[in-house]
Amino acid sequence: MIRSRNLLLGGLLCLIVVAGALVSFLWTPYDITVLDIPNKLQTPSLQHPFGTDHFGRDILSMIMIGARTSLAVAIVAVGIGMGIGVPLGLWAASNKGGWIDEIIMRGNDLVFAFPSLVIAILITAVMGASALNAIIAIGIFNIPVFARLTRSGALSLWEREFILAARVAGKSKARISFEHILPNVGNLLIVQGTIQFSLGILAEAGLSYVGLGAQPPIPSWGRMLADAQTMVSFAPHLAMVPGLAIITAVLGLNLMGDGLRDLLDPRIRVVRQ
Amino acid sequence: MLRYSLKRLLSLIVSLAIASVVIFLVIEVAPGDPASFMLGINAQPDTVAALRAELGLDVSKTQRYLSWVGGMLQGDFGTSYTYRTPVTQMIADRVWVSLPLALYALTLSTLIAFPAGIYAASRRGKPGDITVMGATQLGIAVPNFWFAMLLVLVFAINLRWFSAGGFPGWDEGFFVALKALTLPAIALALPQSAILARVMRSSLLDILSEDFMRTARAKGLSRRQALWRHGLRNALVPVLTIMGLQFSFLLAGGIIIEQVFFLPGLGRLIFQAISARDLIVVESVVMLLVFSVILVNFLVDLAYAAVDPRLRSRT
Amino acid sequence: MTFQGTKLAFASALALCAGLGVAQAQQTDITVALQLEPPHLDPTSAAAGAIDQVLYSNVFEGLTRFMGDGSVVAGLAKSWDISEDNLTYTFHLQDGVTFHDGSAFTADDVKFSLDRARAEDSVNAQKALFEDIASVEVVDPLTVTVTLAQPNGSFLFNLAWGDAVIVAEESIEGIKNAPVGTGAFQFANWVQGDKVELTRNDAYWGDAPALTEVTFKFISDPTAAFAAMMAQDIDAFVSYPAPENLPQFDADPRFQVLRGSSEGETILSTNNALPPLDDVKVRKAIAHAIDRQSIIDGAMFGLGTPIGTHFAPHNPDYVDLTANSAYDPELSKQLLAEAGLPDGFTTTLKLPPPSYARRGGEIVAAQLRAVGIQTEITNLEWAQWLEQVFRGNDFGLTIISHTEPMDIGIYARPDYYFQYDNPTLQELIETLDATTDPAKRSELLQQAQTIISEDYVNGYLFQLAVPTVADARIQGLWENAPTQATDLTGVSWAE
Repeated sequence: MIRSRNLLLGGLLCLIVVAGALVSFLWTPYDITVLDIPNKLQTPSLQHPFGTDHFGRDILSMIMIGARTSLAVAIVAVGIGMGIGVPLGLWAASNKGGWIDEIIMRGNDLVFAFPSLVIAILITAVMGASALNAIIAIGIFNIPVFARLTRSGALSLWEREFILAARVAGKSKARISFEHILPNVGNLLIVQGTIQFSLGILAEAGLSYVGLGAQPPIPSWGRMLADAQTMVSFAPHLAMVPGLAIITAVLGLNLMGDGLRDLLDPRIRVVRQ
Repeated sequence: MLRYSLKRLLSLIVSLAIASVVIFLVIEVAPGDPASFMLGINAQPDTVAALRAELGLDVSKTQRYLSWVGGMLQGDFGTSYTYRTPVTQMIADRVWVSLPLALYALTLSTLIAFPAGIYAASRRGKPGDITVMGATQLGIAVPNFWFAMLLVLVFAINLRWFSAGGFPGWDEGFFVALKALTLPAIALALPQSAILARVMRSSLLDILSEDFMRTARAKGLSRRQALWRHGLRNALVPVLTIMGLQFSFLLAGGIIIEQVFFLPGLGRLIFQAISARDLIVVESVVMLLVFSVILVNFLVDLAYAAVDPRLRSRT
Repeated sequence: MTFQGTKLAFASALALCAGLGVAQAQQTDITVALQLEPPHLDPTSAAAGAIDQVLYSNVFEGLTRFMGDGSVVAGLAKSWDISEDNLTYTFHLQDGVTFHDGSAFTADDVKFSLDRARAEDSVNAQKALFEDIASVEVVDPLTVTVTLAQPNGSFLFNLAWGDAVIVAEESIEGIKNAPVGTGAFQFANWVQGDKVELTRNDAYWGDAPALTEVTFKFISDPTAAFAAMMAQDIDAFVSYPAPENLPQFDADPRFQVLRGSSEGETILSTNNALPPLDDVKVRKAIAHAIDRQSIIDGAMFGLGTPIGTHFAPHNPDYVDLTANSAYDPELSKQLLAEAGLPDGFTTTLKLPPPSYARRGGEIVAAQLRAVGIQTEITNLEWAQWLEQVFRGNDFGLTIISHTEPMDIGIYARPDYYFQYDNPTLQELIETLDATTDPAKRSELLQQAQTIISEDYVNGYLFQLAVPTVADARIQGLWENAPTQATDLTGVSWAE
């Protein structure tokens, strides 16, 4: 009962965020590319439900388009992590104890050993600040998460009888990995993917906050917070609204992740870092 | 065991060697030159060249890499390009802010997480559990830099209970320094404690379903008594593993929080050094952080292997 | 006995009152916050303004010096004679001056400092200031002659820069971490990442300062700056980084806000060699597309003076040319059409870290978009900006405040990053450099301002203001910033 409530509430919160992002492609209350400086820093009102920012832009419109940025960066980053991490994990598991397994797992440890935020900052220092580089920086650190998870999930499967049967039938390791192992670690990946997605949103917000994410005029929640920082003492809504937007998205995804786990397989353990 | 240890040690050394090459390459590729940065927009090209020579930047990259690594092996991280002081000294100064901050945050998060986790586990499925778990979900979702902004707004600007940031140094007295670290530690601790409380709870629940706990209950102990006497100790293993991970995260992850509270810690040192292209400082600090994580992992692996011999054959 | 006792008690009560009174009236320590920490403490080998901001006039002095109103007066040189041909300067030095380490200040130190700054292997960030010096001769311990290769109308002005302060050969080795100068304050301590402490130099040759202890604290984050000021953790913040907070300080009787002018012309620098920006019509179109007042209101919260050329409005030689580039989007579109770009064009806008650039850039981008010019914004760190924009000329537009005083001469350098090549102006600046007659110089300066304004070399936005927020009881702080300095020699607490 409680479990489905998690899924329901999480799904609802995610729906709000996704709907905001999708609607913004077609319509926003105001055009945010036009600045209206005489009307800057207005408090929430009927015209502007969340008020206006320091350039007189409508904050609701900014949040809607910002949702697009956050979701896009996080989705692509998780996609990179899965796309590279899962095959690596499968490969390692199929060569358990061999030198390929050893190299992949040590490589994972090595990536894990790097302080992620510092590396993200370095990457943007080398390649310049942009949404794309934020994606790469976040994506790299998703690779070992999925590689490890897939490997550990796959290892136990390799002992199972239906895999042994497939081996006896002469199927190659790679074919078994993709045909039999992958579908069976799917649940695991969906649950962890949801969690990584929420972490990706937090990471994007952090990077944008220090000025290393999407560049203006593309709005991003983290940069809105950074812009609001010096005005928080006289216009607190500038900081509250983007902060709550981040919380809504992350909370929604986490609840959904927990709900999905309970639905799919309660024994799954997620990793949070 | 000895063979296993040697094997792990070898892998540690290889990891460090690879890490040093990666760090050096990434940082050296970054556009921007420390000498140009220092001399600004009116500097003449020959002046910049003179400064580059003075800083030892005019030799080849390979040579610079070798002297950097060679120095590190002897515990010498070189001399900062901008500050012109030994990097070892700079790191030592900054560690005395970052390390206590990380410990403080970890202590706070433990103090919050343990009771919360135990309470939730003992009230499994009841309103108390649901409330605590709901609170932890919220705690995980809050970005720590946003929380830090709110803390400054409320406790420093409005209530004026704490100063908004800065660090007076440990010379000013233990409690004065501790007070300066309080808001940053709270900001760092909140999301960590939420994660830790969840781990604590689920780890306890696992233990509760184990046979020896059923036996304890059957002997007539109440659920809570059984939890305290037998459950807690056994549940601590996964919790401690997570705490170890969190500690290294806190050491490096305080970078944004140090920025918000302008604390002179390692994180802010990296930020400053990157923008000034003080390459050797960036390289050395990153290397140090990587080293500490790799070393902790190595020690943890050895400890596990000592406890559980089966693990030795695994890797 | 009783009587004596009463008398004693009375006397001690008096003493107590007096003591209290003294303690209250004579606060002699101050904590001044700055946004940037100096990388090291040698003003003669780095461009970092933060070094001068801490040390100029406090610890180090030059032969001449800037006053708060921008005038140049005698410093360690009490007077000087200039030869008929304007080539030889004979400086008569102050007598009885010692460095903080006790060694005497003599003509040898002057020769050492100037020769070091102009040497082959010099790492002085403003080496050009010393370019015209042919030789420096010591006549006697208190007299030194400087011979120039060609007349230089701004030589005394050049010597007032923080990069031209006098250092001693004996203490040059440790200058980066323990600077030794002749100023009213001496260096005491530096906690890196946090603060620099100075104490009063009791052997100072000039008027003794009122302050005995000075702490410079470095607070880079604007939010932290606001909170620290509000909590009165600091007594003053020079060059306060967030103009949006100033109304709150205005409203609070505990504080005073000084809104001074600086030497920073904030401009939309334009790559004059990059098509289509090499067409004066296009640059003129950009100039008319920009609404300066909205930029000042939006980016600086009203703080700043509009400019129409590259010159400080508080300078007596300034010409107001803002009308040349009045806000007129229709004219702008028309000019673009005339230049063969009726649908506008796309260019890059690269922005360094200061908020005037980041915020101003977003506003400029929106205003240019309104006339059909699309910009791709990239935010850069300083190191990247220097490499890509300043040295690499890889940009279309950028926003930057040129804070060097009297720097119109950069328009005569065709290799300078905005790559403006106009022989008429180059000739004019050459004449200017060799002219020492004030009236003639003024005329030439005004001509130069008009030429660059009419050529629309760059978009001229506003003169950067320097707000100082301070405890209401502090007196004597510089209001304006003719150079980057926090001169505390004349600062004291009221009451």
